[in-house]
Amino acid sequence: MRDRGRILLGLAAFLALALFPIWYNLGSGGSVIDLEVQLPEGGGDCIADTEFMRHEHMQLLMDWRDEVVRDNDRVYTAEDGKQYYKSLSTTCMSCHDNKQEFCDKCHDFVGVTPYCWDCHVEPKGGL
Amino acid sequence: MAMDRRGFCKLAGLGVLGAAGASATTAREIRMNAGDAAGTIAEPIVGERWAMVVDLDACRKKDGCTDCIQACHKVHNVPKFDNPKDEVKWIWKEPYAEAFPNQKHEHMANHLLHEELLVFCNHCDNPPCVRVCPTQATWKRDDGIVMMDWHRCIGCRYCIAACPYGSRSFNWRDPRPFIAEQDPDFPTRTRGVVEKCTFCDERLAKGQLPACVEACNEKCLIFGDLEDAHSEVREILEKRHSIRRKPGLGTQPEVYYLV
Repeated sequence: MRDRGRILLGLAAFLALALFPIWYNLGSGGSVIDLEVQLPEGGGDCIADTEFMRHEHMQLLMDWRDEVVRDNDRVYTAEDGKQYYKSLSTTCMSCHDNKQEFCDKCHDFVGVTPYCWDCHVEPKGGL
Repeated sequence: MAMDRRGFCKLAGLGVLGAAGASATTAREIRMNAGDAAGTIAEPIVGERWAMVVDLDACRKKDGCTDCIQACHKVHNVPKFDNPKDEVKWIWKEPYAEAFPNQKHEHMANHLLHEELLVFCNHCDNPPCVRVCPTQATWKRDDGIVMMDWHRCIGCRYCIAACPYGSRSFNWRDPRPFIAEQDPDFPTRTRGVVEKCTFCDERLAKGQLPACVEACNEKCLIFGDLEDAHSEVREILEKRHSIRRKPGLGTQPEVYYLV
């Protein structure tokens, strides 16, 4: 084992490189989601609470999509009895009218590219 | 620790149970709050068998009118391409001889033989496009509307081949740059998707008549429920002679032409 020193050095260098993303993020705190999204002015209530929307909006929108197109079931009743049309562009984005500052900010951060807006037209306010 | 097969199975089972329990406890309860986006919800127009009647006599009164075409293509973000090979259309005009190839002869009324008439999806009772769609992106609703789910269309164009009326258009190119004015209330399509008339299902759901019917001042387009014996379409069809396109094919089109 005359090369023990070199081997250990090599191993340490390899580990340092391979684990770069982990220790880099630990140091910079970059893995913590801390984004300021632009909320609609006036601060009206959403169709559901923030926590739910933050975690489940993608599933909710997928469900809406299927219910509207395939079952012609277009009205969503919130817990308080208020009714909304199930529509990304006319319900959600009538308040959240700035796609760049609301939708894109998080989507860009987590590296997802939802194809909603390939077809659905984003409101003019966000342009 | 040596583990026999029995021990391994027990542990694996426990692991699965544990994982299921954990996901059940993290499942969030849906709590809804009041909202500001709540609009007025209009009463939808419902029917059991939608059909359209096209009154050619009324349509002829206003030569060259394209109000219905303009209205439809505007609210549905239908692109306008310069190259006819790329053309996308939901409602358009076709010479009588091409719309009714088996129902013409050389001595028939001149105005019919030489005029162009409105054509669009026939919302067949027995739609061949639905039979061939491999993804069920197009299907017949209970109220007879042959619907399209653009989310699900894979662009195979079987439906275009199957439709004997040419009612379906394919987006060979990205349509967005070719839409003069995008209506934010209706989606556009993307390249590689088939589109056609849907009898304005989205307007019926909000209590509005189809855009073409609403746009026509001459009242040549009459929309209604064939299952309702007192509906306007039923009354007209009982009084006046009507024909349908290519009846021999057995598709049972639900667009009737008063000639």
